[in-house]
Amino acid sequence: MVFFAIPFAIVFKISFSYMVPAQPGYAPLLEWFAETQRLVATFNLANYQVLLQDTLYLSTFLYSLKVAAFSTVLCLLLGYPMAYAIARSAPTTRNLFLMLIILPFWTSFLLRVYAWIGLLKTNGVINNTLLSLGIIDQPLVLLYTDFAVYVGIVYSYLPFMILPLYSNLEKHDLTLLEAAADLGARPVKAFFKITLPLSMPGVVAGCLLVFIPAVGEFVIPSLLGRTDQLMIGTVLSAQFFGARNWPVASAVAIALLLLLLLPILLFQRYQQRELEASRR
Amino acid sequence: MAERVVDRQNQYLRIEGVTKRFGDFVAVDNVSLSIFKGEIFCLLGGSGCGKTTLLRMLAGFESPTSGRILIDGQDMAGIPPYERPVNMMFQSYALFPHMTVAANVAFGLEQEGVARPEIERRVSEMLDIVKLGEFAKRKPHQLSGGQRQRVALARALVKKPKLLLLDEPLGALDKKLREHTQFELINLQEQLGVTFVVVTHDQEEAMTLASRIGVMNKGQIVQVGTPTEIYEFPNSRFVADFIGSVNMFEGRLIEDEPGHVRIRCDDLDSTVFVSHGISAAPDAKVFVAIRPEKIEMNRGATAEGENCVGGVVREIAYMGDLSVYLVRLDGGRMVRVTIPNIERHEERIVWEERVVLRWQPSSPVVLTQ
Repeated sequence: MVFFAIPFAIVFKISFSYMVPAQPGYAPLLEWFAETQRLVATFNLANYQVLLQDTLYLSTFLYSLKVAAFSTVLCLLLGYPMAYAIARSAPTTRNLFLMLIILPFWTSFLLRVYAWIGLLKTNGVINNTLLSLGIIDQPLVLLYTDFAVYVGIVYSYLPFMILPLYSNLEKHDLTLLEAAADLGARPVKAFFKITLPLSMPGVVAGCLLVFIPAVGEFVIPSLLGRTDQLMIGTVLSAQFFGARNWPVASAVAIALLLLLLLPILLFQRYQQRELEASRR
Repeated sequence: MAERVVDRQNQYLRIEGVTKRFGDFVAVDNVSLSIFKGEIFCLLGGSGCGKTTLLRMLAGFESPTSGRILIDGQDMAGIPPYERPVNMMFQSYALFPHMTVAANVAFGLEQEGVARPEIERRVSEMLDIVKLGEFAKRKPHQLSGGQRQRVALARALVKKPKLLLLDEPLGALDKKLREHTQFELINLQEQLGVTFVVVTHDQEEAMTLASRIGVMNKGQIVQVGTPTEIYEFPNSRFVADFIGSVNMFEGRLIEDEPGHVRIRCDDLDSTVFVSHGISAAPDAKVFVAIRPEKIEMNRGATAEGENCVGGVVREIAYMGDLSVYLVRLDGGRMVRVTIPNIERHEERIVWEERVVLRWQPSSPVVLTQ
C-alpha cells in the first residue's frame, strides 16, 4: 500500500502545480516567503482544464479505451478455448502447455515487441513470405496500424487471460457436467449452462488483468501503432519525458487512474462476494 | 403407505452378458441381470468390485466392451446419457452451485422443452414431496447435507425417469439421518413407483432399502436374492462373510443324506449336524457358517453332544442393545457370539467364565465355495 500511496500522493500534488522551466519542472504548492512571513499556497487547476479543453486528450482517452476493450475481447475469445483445452488435457501435457504459455516471459517484453516490427514491416517476414508464395503481389501495410497494435497487445497480454481462466477451469467438478448430461443437456448446452457461468470469476479476473494495463499501454502503440492517433499512455510518457510538462502529465495520470478505479473497485467487490460465497 | 408394486413379469431392465474392460483391467465381468419394474435393486460390494462402473454404464457415461443393456425393451447401445430415460443421483449430489434449489430441479425439465408454467408446477410439486418447498430460493451451499441429498433426489425424480440410479445415496449423511432417510426413500419410491437401482458398499443400507440385492465381487455378480435370502442362505464364503459377521469353520462331510448332513470340523470338538441336505461330493471339503446371533451361550463346564462346544469368554463388547462376546474354544479358535441385552439387571456372563455354546441344527449354512 505504501508503494502505491506515496507515489500517488506525489503525483497528485504535482498535478496541481504550475510548470516552470527548471529542475524539477514544477513549482511548489506551498511556499514560505521569508520577507512577508507568509506561507503561500498556489493551486493550479489549469492542468485539469487542459484535459477537458484540448480534444487531443479526450480522443486519446476514448481511443485507448476502445483499443483496450477490443484487445480484451480478442484475448478472451482466443484465451478461453486455450485455457479450456489445457485444463481438460492430461496432467503431463497440461504442465507442458503451461510452460509454453509462460515461456515468452523469459525474454524481455521490449525485445518481443521489437520482434513484431521485424515480422510486420513492409519487407518483413510476413510480407516476404506471402510475396514469395504468390498470395499477394503488393506488400501489405501491417506496421503502424491499429491491426499491429491489436496484434501486439493481444500477443503480450494473452497469458494474463489464460492463466486465471485456467486456474478456474481446472478446479471445476466434472461430475456437474455428467449431471447435466444425465438431465438431458447436450455437451454444448451444458457448457453454456454450467461451465461458462462457473468460470465467470476467471473471466472477470482475466479481462481486468488485460484491460487495465492495456488502457495505459505506451510501448506497444508507440512502437507498432499509428502516428496520427496516440494512446493515452504514449501521451503521458511524451508529456513527462518529451515536453517535460510534469504537472499536465500528472493530471493525465490521475485522470487515467480515476478512469481505471471503477473497474478495479468492481473487481474487488466481485472477488469479495465470491470469497464470501465460497466460505459458506 | 402405499404397497410396493413389483411386476415380476416385467423385466424392465435387462443386462445381458455385459463386460467392461479398462485396458487389461476387467471392471465388470460378463454380468447378466434382470430387474423388475417397480423394485429397489441394490448392487452391493466392496470398493473396486465394479458396481459403480455397472451403474455408469446404465447411465450411459461408460459403454460396455461387450454385452447389451435393455431398458423397457429398448437397446441402449449408442444412446448418449442425455437421451436416456434414466436419471442418476450422484454420490457427491453434483448440485449446480450457481443455481437455486428450484433452478436445479427445473434444469432437467428445461432440457426437455417443457412449458414454463408446467415446469413451475412440477418443480414445486416435487419440492413439496421432498419437504423442501420453503427452500426453493436457496443456493445449495446454504443447505445442510440432508437437504442437499433431497434436492439431488428431487432433481433426478422430477423427470419421471424409467429408472433412477442412486450412487451411495446415503453415504454422505451421518448415522441418525441415514436411518431416517432410508425410510423416506422407500416411502418415496412406493409413492412414485419408479424403479430404483442403488449402488452401495453398506450392507445395512442394502438390507433396509432393497427388495432384492445383487452382491458383486471382482466384477461379477456372485448372488442375487432378497435381503433374507442373502443373509440366511448365502451361496458362497464371500457373501456369508461380506453380509454381516459370521463364524466360518472348515470341515469335511462325513455323512450326506437328502434330509441332513454331518460335518467334522478340526476346530470344533463335536461334529456339526445340519438339518438340511446339500449338494456336494462325499468327503468334500466344506465350510460351515454360523451367524453370531444364532449361537446360544450358557455358563457350564462341559459340552456334550452335537452342535455344542465349550470355551472361555475372552472379550466382551457392550453395544447397548446387544453385547458381542468373543469366546475362545478349547481347540483355540475364537468364536463370535451376540446376545441381546433383554434384561437390565440380569447377571451377565463376564470375562474368563467357562461357557457352553450351542446352536440349532437348522442354523448353520454349509458352503462349498
